[in-house]
Amino acid sequence: MRYSGFRVLAEGLRGNRGWTRAWRDPAPKDRYDTIIIGGGGHGLSTAYYLARNHGITDVAVLEKGYLGGGNVGRNTTIVRANYFLPGNSEFYSHSLKLWEGLEAELNYNVMHSQRGLINLFHSDSQRDAFVRRGNAMAAQGDDAILLDREGVRQLLPYLDFDNARFPIHGGLFHPRGGTARHDAVAWGYARAADRRGVDLIQNCEVTGIDIEGGRVVGVQTTRGAIRARRVGIVVAGRSSQVAAMAGLRLPIESHVLQAFVTEGLKPVIHHVISFGMGHFYISQSDKGGLVFGGDLDFYASYAARGNLPMVEHVMEAGMTLMPMIGRARVLRSWGGIMDMSPDGSPIIDRTPIEGLYLNCGWNYGGFKAVPASGWCMAHLMATGQPHEVAARYRLDRFATGRGLMDEEGTGAQHSLH
Amino acid sequence: MRVTCPWCGERDRREFTVQGDETALRRPHRDAPPEDWHAYIHLRDNPAGRLREMWYHDPCGTWIVVERDTVTHAVHGTTPAREAAR
Ligand SMILES: Cc1cc2nc3c(=O)[nH]c(=O)nc-3n(C[C@H](O)[C@H](O)[C@H](O)COP(=O)(O)OP(=O)(O)OC[C@H]3O[C@@H](n4cnc5c(N)ncnc54)[C@H](O)[C@@H]3O)c2cc1C
Ligand SMILES: [Zn+2]
Repeated sequence: MRYSGFRVLAEGLRGNRGWTRAWRDPAPKDRYDTIIIGGGGHGLSTAYYLARNHGITDVAVLEKGYLGGGNVGRNTTIVRANYFLPGNSEFYSHSLKLWEGLEAELNYNVMHSQRGLINLFHSDSQRDAFVRRGNAMAAQGDDAILLDREGVRQLLPYLDFDNARFPIHGGLFHPRGGTARHDAVAWGYARAADRRGVDLIQNCEVTGIDIEGGRVVGVQTTRGAIRARRVGIVVAGRSSQVAAMAGLRLPIESHVLQAFVTEGLKPVIHHVISFGMGHFYISQSDKGGLVFGGDLDFYASYAARGNLPMVEHVMEAGMTLMPMIGRARVLRSWGGIMDMSPDGSPIIDRTPIEGLYLNCGWNYGGFKAVPASGWCMAHLMATGQPHEVAARYRLDRFATGRGLMDEEGTGAQHSLH
Repeated sequence: MRVTCPWCGERDRREFTVQGDETALRRPHRDAPPEDWHAYIHLRDNPAGRLREMWYHDPCGTWIVVERDTVTHAVHGTTPAREAAR
């Protein structure tokens, strides 16, 4: 069924009885050409682009829970292309361009809203760093505008500009940055992949990876063994466990990142604001809730919930930046399992096992990457060659030390990102 | 989370800095091959379950090995790093 404004209207008049399910619920076959492990954003987009760009439709996505039940439905939905380093820069630029055509492409409303992102700075040296970043963004072909203090004040009059510790000196404005509806991105890719013949198999946990003579030949699952000649591991926070099934030890630690939402309020915050010095960022959802978050809890965790010290830290940072937020009531908080890589950048690469591919290391920034990650992972799995915008996301960069991409400049080690 | 410092007793998580996997106690010999250094610095078991990790108790300045469950956040025991390293 094609979705359209007319359809919504017609269904509304007919009591919404004509809608059909958005994707099939097939039983797994015992053999596929290609298996994708993980039905999060990246797994679903990989499956979609395998079908769309490469005509490979004999594909199954195996998801242990339900589609979109992982990080893709837990993030704070920021979509941006304001990276600095070669490698990241071209990749996220490609991703943002895909976002800009995504709704028409998928025939699905993902509520992509380019409301503009402002990264605040608080000192002369920080401004210089942002000038440099802005120039790198412009050189990549993306948009960046340096705002002085008055420029920020015009957009965000409610901030505390004269905080003693972090007075606001200005901001780097990225007008094409914004947000999207996270679940809708998973659902949109799922539906579009299904329509091209991909089997989406839920409640199907992969428990083993079968390897014969150095080649992957299939997987073991809670719904039986499935054979395939190509397998992609796309499981974000669970990457270490699934890779271990193939005897691989990864440069990944899984950490918890928390997020928060307030009760619904009238429109008050019209942009995405990032207050890096306080580890705080915020936007307002279309439902009216203020959606905000901060830094990792900084210990390894698979609990998908965090602890109180980071809750306090985030609330304090919010109060520091915009005292008016103290009047809003927090409704909910939650956590997600982040696949942290040592340099903070991802991995899209082959593995030493023939036919087995790896997509992980998204840290806290993998939502915006969903389109390009799927595009490049599909390219890699279909052609055996890395896509040019993801060519630097190599697994061996940690062993060789060549091509590390430490965007934050804190050092390419665990515990520093 | 509350963690027991061997010297100061049970304390709030806020008093600690977490460094992560206890790999720091297994530093390779300086003549070890690059693969050993790569494994030491980058590669992790990253278990969903019990993990032994390095915590630093800021007030008393002690490194502690904490055995903690990464799924439940329950702490199962703490040892001074000096003893754990032996
Ligand atoms: C609080 C929070 C805020 C964030 N904010 C942002 C943001 O503003 N912008 C941004 O760009 N990014 C953000 N992120 C990061 C982003 O959400 C993740 O990097 C991204 O969603 C990870 O990729 P994914 O969607 O494929 O992961 P997931 O949705 O986690 O998908 C992985 C899937 O694999 C499945 N799986 C695991 N093991 C198995 C198995 N053995 N067999 C079968 N299936 C398995 C899981 O059930 C899961 O559904 C945030 C994350 C969190 C937690
Ligand atoms: Zn102590």
